[in-house]
Amino acid sequence: MGLKRLVLLMGLISMVGMIAIACSDDKDNADGDTAVVAAAGARLNMVKDRGNLICAGRTDLPGFGFLDANGANSGFDIDLCKAVAAAIFGDASKLEVIPITAAERGPTIQAGEVDLLSRNVTWTSTRDAQWGNFTTVMFYDGQGFMVPTSKGFTSALDLDGATVCVTSGTTTELNVADFFRQHNMNLNTVVFEDSASVYGAYEEGRCDATTSDKSQLAAIRSGFANPGAHMILPETISKEPLTPAVAHGDDQWFDLVKTVMYTLINAEELGVTQANVDAMRSSDNIIIRRMLGTEGEFGQSTLGLSPTFAVDVIKAVGNYGEVYDRYMGPQGVSFTLPRGDNELWSNGGVIYAPPLK
Amino acid sequence: MRLLWHSDIPLWHDARVLRATAQIVSVIIVVSIVVFAASNVLSAAHDRNLSLGFGFLSEEAGFPIAESVVDYDEAKSFRYAFYAGIMNTLKVALIGIVAATALGVVLGVARISTNWLVSKAAGLYIEIFRNIPLLIQLFFWYFGVFLLLPAVENAIKWPGPIYISNRGVFAVWASPTSTFGPWLLFLLGGLILAVIARFALVRVQALTGKHAYTTIIPLVIFSLISLLGWFLVGDTPLAQETPVLGRFNFVGGIRFTPEFAALLLGLVIYTASFIAEIVRSGIQAVEKGQVEASRALGLTEFQTLRAVVIPQSMRIIIPPLISQYLNLTKNSSLALTIGYPDLFGVGRIIINQAGRAIPVFALIMAAYLAMSLTYAAIGNLYNHHVRFVGR
Repeated sequence: MGLKRLVLLMGLISMVGMIAIACSDDKDNADGDTAVVAAAGARLNMVKDRGNLICAGRTDLPGFGFLDANGANSGFDIDLCKAVAAAIFGDASKLEVIPITAAERGPTIQAGEVDLLSRNVTWTSTRDAQWGNFTTVMFYDGQGFMVPTSKGFTSALDLDGATVCVTSGTTTELNVADFFRQHNMNLNTVVFEDSASVYGAYEEGRCDATTSDKSQLAAIRSGFANPGAHMILPETISKEPLTPAVAHGDDQWFDLVKTVMYTLINAEELGVTQANVDAMRSSDNIIIRRMLGTEGEFGQSTLGLSPTFAVDVIKAVGNYGEVYDRYMGPQGVSFTLPRGDNELWSNGGVIYAPPLK
Repeated sequence: MRLLWHSDIPLWHDARVLRATAQIVSVIIVVSIVVFAASNVLSAAHDRNLSLGFGFLSEEAGFPIAESVVDYDEAKSFRYAFYAGIMNTLKVALIGIVAATALGVVLGVARISTNWLVSKAAGLYIEIFRNIPLLIQLFFWYFGVFLLLPAVENAIKWPGPIYISNRGVFAVWASPTSTFGPWLLFLLGGLILAVIARFALVRVQALTGKHAYTTIIPLVIFSLISLLGWFLVGDTPLAQETPVLGRFNFVGGIRFTPEFAALLLGLVIYTASFIAEIVRSGIQAVEKGQVEASRALGLTEFQTLRAVVIPQSMRIIIPPLISQYLNLTKNSSLALTIGYPDLFGVGRIIINQAGRAIPVFALIMAAYLAMSLTYAAIGNLYNHHVRFVGR
């Protein structure tokens, strides 16, 4: 009996402990001045000491994050990671990519387990508040529906009562519910955490439609046994600004990643490419010379970067347009997707970056 | 004044002191581990600005749940979504427990059958399903069987009609009409009368020693009253609802989604193989002498089983059986991988959509713990009920 009581007592104590944890109020966190915020610069030092950049990405989405023929991580999102690695180390190979599922993105960046999250993450206000800091939009996307061509649908409004395959833990899941509710349509879903299961079940005919960001649907369709048998419906039901994110609390790191992203965009605007970057260092354009570190400075030293980091970045991955075209351009390795909103602002798109000065 | 401590034994040799010290030390260790863990969680959450409160549970969930026993929709709260997840887990667990027990008992009895073929077939089943990881079996049933069924337009039609396709199994179902409520009253009345009759007949049988048909008469009473009610209430209380192919899918009737069906089948087939072994060992553990003695008393084969073997083997079977029920319930959390929205699956979505990992995990753990402790309590009650009575 004594042993039983002791076990019971221990159990009770543990439970009280758990309840204490559970009940502790949010307000201790609001108490700003005692919060141990990671000191500015801590992340950069950590990355430099470690000798590589750790980036959360994916390996299963053609165009954005996939494994190439040699098994190396590749894709639009991965190139953004490479650009940051090149900016810090002058070497894009000093990068470790950790593949995670959609549902793991929040907890991973919240806990600061990785230096950078670049895994087609939609920037939303809740995520900005809860997850971390969103750097700058690198891909303007919107959610659409993919259906088998044989079903003869012409619009998403034909889908009343349809079954839709969705990935859990995404904005997609919320948007599709909003869209059906808004139009008084009846929605059935089948939800998986693993996107391979989502598209596998769709391809087997478990669902009438599947939904995701349109770029992602195009990517997935390119991997199907018979891509021509599937079509993407015209409606775009949401705004999905895909944005790399960092953990909360380290302003310098946040600024550094943003600046690298701005560099990619500015390089395209200024016509600096992977091929001509060395020649451009002695360009007669002051703005180009400043970006490439031959003249003046635009904050590199404050950010902890070398004066010529932009040269390393462009040599490693090229400018924004080159990164895009490598995977999704007319000769892209994954599939072709017109740039649309992702054209530079000067070409009628919305890709725009602050000046480097 | 009497001394509190007046023995010659030194303190450090006194068994009572040693026992008390051991208890105090272990309590201190446990408490400090708990306090350390708690403060670690708190400070980590604090550093990372994670909220630990439960206030978010009242916010709108916004995400759809594929199937639900309760009337969930996206406009309901996170709390209600979590509740829908719990109900889904209970649904698959309860149906699974009943089915796995039935299948397990049949297999267990078959295993010790004197028929060579039956016994070997049961043995083969047990060895196969007990030794393949459940996750793999679930993937097999879902992706390898249910999703490969014909598309909904070419559904297999069985008499009933029952339609089978990769959208699930649709069957005829009885749906209650407006007169269902009054008819339910007749059923209740019939049940009460039948129970009273049963008590009376048992008493008569005990007093007179004559066979009083203690089972058949109450059954007849109940059936007659329900039948009478069916015709008295006017319209038929239950109407036949046949599934019809709509624009996308069958509508009407009862439906089992492929996700639910694959999960249930996987859990039942896997758990039944363990239950079969428990039943076999329970029956074999009853002493041979008991059977021989009851034969010597002139009991029939059935009476021997019913009055001698089963009551004794139950004592051996129940405790491990309860732990199999626990396993089945906990294993149902693998539902996540095949798209059935159980407690864990819905919990994971809430974690992501609300961004609150720690509070939601605490809730998930508390929910499973509560289910397990309830089973254990029921098991203990039953055990207490059937234990050997010392005379």
